[in-house]
Amino acid sequence: MRLPLSWVREFTPLDHPVTEIVSALNQLGLEVEQIDNHGAEVVGVKTVRVLSVAPHPDADRLVLVDIDTGSGATQVVCGASNLVAGMVVPHAGIGAQVPGGLTLASRKIRGQVSEGMLCSALELGLGDDARGILELDPNSDLGIDVKEMLNLDDVILDIAITPNRPDAMCVIGVARELAAFFGEPLLVSKPSFSVDRALDSSLDVTIEESARCPRYYGHRASVTVGPSPAWLRERLVKAGLRSINNVVDVTNYVLLERNQPLHAFDAANLAGPGVIVRLAKDGERITTLDGVERVLENSDLLICDSNSNPQALAGIMGGSVGQVTDVTTEIVLEAAYFERMGIARSSKRQKVRTESSARFERGIDPEGVVDSATRALELLVQVAGARVATNGVDKYPEAYAEKRITLRTDQVNRLLGTELVPDDIDKALTPIEIQLKPIKKSHDFECTVPSFRPDLAREVDLIEEVARLIGFSRIGRTVPRPQNQVGGLSARQSARRAVADALVGAGFSEAITVPFVSEAALVGFENDKAVALRNSLSAEEPFLRTSLIPGLIDALRLNYSRGMKTARLFELGAVFHAPTSDQLLPNEPERIGGVLVGRVARRPVEDDRTLDGFDAADAVRVVADALGIKALEISSSSSRSAGAGSGSWSEVKVGATSWGWIAVLNKVSGFDDPVVIFELTLDNQGDQLGDQLEIESARPYLAPSSYPPSTIDLAFELNEDISAGTVLATLRHSSGALLESVELFDEYRSDNLGAGRKSLAFSLRFRASDRTLTDQEVGAVRSACVNAVIDTLGATLRGVE
Amino acid sequence: MTMASITDDLAAAATAAAAAIAEISSLAALDEAQRELLGKRSVAANVKEAIKSLTAEERPEVGRQLSQYTAAIEELLAERRAQLGVGTASGDGIDLSAGGHGNARGHLHLVTQIRRQLEDIFIGLGYRIAEGPEVEDDWHNFAALNIPPAHPARSMQDTLYVDLGADEQVMLRTHTSPVQIRTMETEEPPIYVIAPGRTYRNETLDARHSPIFHQMECLAIDRDLTMADLFGTIETFARQLFDDNSVQTRFRSDYFPYTEPSAELAVSCVFCQSRGCRVCSQTGWIELGGCGMVDPDVLRAVNIDPEVWQGFAFGFGLERIAMIRYGIDEIRTFFDNDLRFLAQY
Repeated sequence: MRLPLSWVREFTPLDHPVTEIVSALNQLGLEVEQIDNHGAEVVGVKTVRVLSVAPHPDADRLVLVDIDTGSGATQVVCGASNLVAGMVVPHAGIGAQVPGGLTLASRKIRGQVSEGMLCSALELGLGDDARGILELDPNSDLGIDVKEMLNLDDVILDIAITPNRPDAMCVIGVARELAAFFGEPLLVSKPSFSVDRALDSSLDVTIEESARCPRYYGHRASVTVGPSPAWLRERLVKAGLRSINNVVDVTNYVLLERNQPLHAFDAANLAGPGVIVRLAKDGERITTLDGVERVLENSDLLICDSNSNPQALAGIMGGSVGQVTDVTTEIVLEAAYFERMGIARSSKRQKVRTESSARFERGIDPEGVVDSATRALELLVQVAGARVATNGVDKYPEAYAEKRITLRTDQVNRLLGTELVPDDIDKALTPIEIQLKPIKKSHDFECTVPSFRPDLAREVDLIEEVARLIGFSRIGRTVPRPQNQVGGLSARQSARRAVADALVGAGFSEAITVPFVSEAALVGFENDKAVALRNSLSAEEPFLRTSLIPGLIDALRLNYSRGMKTARLFELGAVFHAPTSDQLLPNEPERIGGVLVGRVARRPVEDDRTLDGFDAADAVRVVADALGIKALEISSSSSRSAGAGSGSWSEVKVGATSWGWIAVLNKVSGFDDPVVIFELTLDNQGDQLGDQLEIESARPYLAPSSYPPSTIDLAFELNEDISAGTVLATLRHSSGALLESVELFDEYRSDNLGAGRKSLAFSLRFRASDRTLTDQEVGAVRSACVNAVIDTLGATLRGVE
Repeated sequence: MTMASITDDLAAAATAAAAAIAEISSLAALDEAQRELLGKRSVAANVKEAIKSLTAEERPEVGRQLSQYTAAIEELLAERRAQLGVGTASGDGIDLSAGGHGNARGHLHLVTQIRRQLEDIFIGLGYRIAEGPEVEDDWHNFAALNIPPAHPARSMQDTLYVDLGADEQVMLRTHTSPVQIRTMETEEPPIYVIAPGRTYRNETLDARHSPIFHQMECLAIDRDLTMADLFGTIETFARQLFDDNSVQTRFRSDYFPYTEPSAELAVSCVFCQSRGCRVCSQTGWIELGGCGMVDPDVLRAVNIDPEVWQGFAFGFGLERIAMIRYGIDEIRTFFDNDLRFLAQY
């Protein structure tokens, strides 16, 4: 909200420096977003009259404007499209200065001489309206200094008003706060006007929906529509509004001054004249002032004439038919109080937010309606030659009930941590028009809240007002410590950190990806469980991720395309799976995802090698180790295709429970190299893995043996379909407690072995905890291993070099 | 073989070997070349064999030429080996100045690093870490937080709604505050928790907007917690966060539906000692987030008696803290996951 300080000073005598005023507003919660006093830089800008406007011979978008400066005619070149002959506008002539340090000189624009320039509101430092040249009072003298005329030395404050403070959305509201802060009086005089008894006062007001319109005030007047005087234009322009005509300007002026939206109907359009406030019929239409034809629902509220024809979308925007125009001679002035939620819903549904609707939905002062209408009529008498009918019609079926709240001094101190006495509280609240009545034999008050403060309904709301007015700087600093707990991470939180740290150590960097994905990218990644957004950011990516991998591949691709051909990324986070029928919210299993592409650097010692599935398997083992999982099994791979590409997939298990998978994808879009991916779950709620994790975390101590190991190598010839993992499991199972480690060290195929056969060679290390193993012992366990593999897997033992 | 032809052969072989060695680009190839030039079937081996058939006068001279040749080849090989970056297997003269193969460790995302730092500060103050789902229902994200349907506060947050349940009933959480509600629903006070996590807004990713970002929320409920406790806790945490005991905090009245009184929280700029700089937009203060005393209606919504228990809550954005601390000017940077960004921290 843009607020000229000169206007605020009309209601309270503030001679404090601007910096103090700004600081006060900020402390009070009326945040000053911008301080605008660029108008002060204006020098020598004068009023001129437009004599004629002609097209520029060499530029489509420029016009040649002949102007009367009051002391002669001259020409300027201008880019605005709103100029017509007769208008009075600001002219920065030769030597004049405008904000930004620009001093005007005569210059040629596309071959045509321009003696200075005509100014928009923006060019005079009056806000951001650059839509056209600022129109001044057409009755103004020429050659008048615009800086004086518009009081450009003024400071304009742009204030952000929080949604709980409708009362502060106007000049008087802000003045009230500042007056309270600085201990100055608030001076608002009671508006009044003299009536014209000759005018017909009669107005039929029917409210069909009083819940939506608790108060409606209408008042008839005759007016002479014309341009507004300079002072009225000045304030509207500074507040960021455009001058329309004197009648509309007055309604806007009162809205800014008092927070009461007003509407002036051309009485000629209100058959009767009369007004019916009713709900719209489903599908009923109204064309509003902005030229938009709106299709209504039966929860939209309409202001209609006595024939029930829609004239305005209540509280939001007037209709285009009944608006005040140059030929209007009689008006009905509307000042109403509309119910907040109704306006909010209607405004949201119609996707239109106006100065009016913003105020109604926050809640205006129901008791201020008539005063505001009176103020508008007073001004119409002044600026539009209005003659006002004797009586207005005030439909106010249910009178406003005063709000009384008990405020306990003890509770103020208990919540704020202060040591205030009742007098402090009285001094804080009285200036903002809260009436405090001490409750006998206590330190407490019965407070009556002013009708313009809908936000004050509870004791705590008043405590906030006390804090605001005494200033937060009066509140101390203490640090509480919980008595019933120590700080720390849960097991899950520790596990998460351990996994991330382990992967970082293994060369992976952590990514955080946007979890919205396309249908295509999800294929093969549990896409049957996908949940979509209702209002997705992009039509291509409407789904919540069911797997971390699609997002990680995108991140990997971005790096790859930027020249990082080797990259390892991981992400730890929730994925989203459709809820089971008895739930509302989706399941959010937590996952560990990894993607790898590129090479393992070995140069210059030897050639680099491509990152492959074994690297992913290593990463999975690192994660397992970080989590204390020992019973890790990785199945042999099978071919499968997914949205990202096709390749071979291997299942990762912990004991008998599936933990995740590893895959090597070829021909992934955007990559010349294979992309290796893996995904594991970190979910331990209610599933077997959780139990497994718990068992694994209780690891018994095994003292490292100080006896020497015995190492043997075994090579088996076996069928292709038997995986190395199966052989490893068999070896482990058959070798008992003496086996310390076993590794696959060779794998090959040849013509000698024949099709469908392969050779796998393993290195086994045996060790006992309490003795040196004898040859016999090693021989026995070796036989056990060999026999098990031969018997159960149909292998043959090969001679080992 | 005559002595003259041996001399010629060795000279020719030396020239050829020098050229061949210069071409070699891998250590494996260098090993191979060594076998060819000095091994069983090499020129050197042939000459050694031929020496036996020479006269006793000729032998010393040819022997000298052979050892000269062998030494020259070995020197060339060693030189090339050094050029390729590695010393001999015996270990003398290994040049590690290039700094390894380049297989480095990875990096935690900057947001995770900030998050851990903050978690650790609050753990030190005795807090636990609470968590909740990222897809929320209307009750937890809005209604229980004193934000009823069509409340103006809802227009402050552009919500991403999920295609589940009735219209606008399921959404990606717009803040971490629903975790407050879930915690208070399941735990009896006193409660001292923080809730860090991912939050969502209906904004397309660009330099200044992001559909995802991270917040951290702090909630404390006890018998007599005051606004002074709130301010003191924030000041203590801010001093720890910026590792500077001179950091001041400033509170200004603000509005949030779920706290009353509410305040905007700012810390004195640690980059310019509040003299005014680019980071603090010349104001001397850095706005971090919002705070306040938990609204009694919120306590009532979770069946906690506000006449017995009261407390405070505050929250702020993690990306914002990272942006302030490191001068990162585009929020998109956090979600591009460019390794050159990740590796900086």
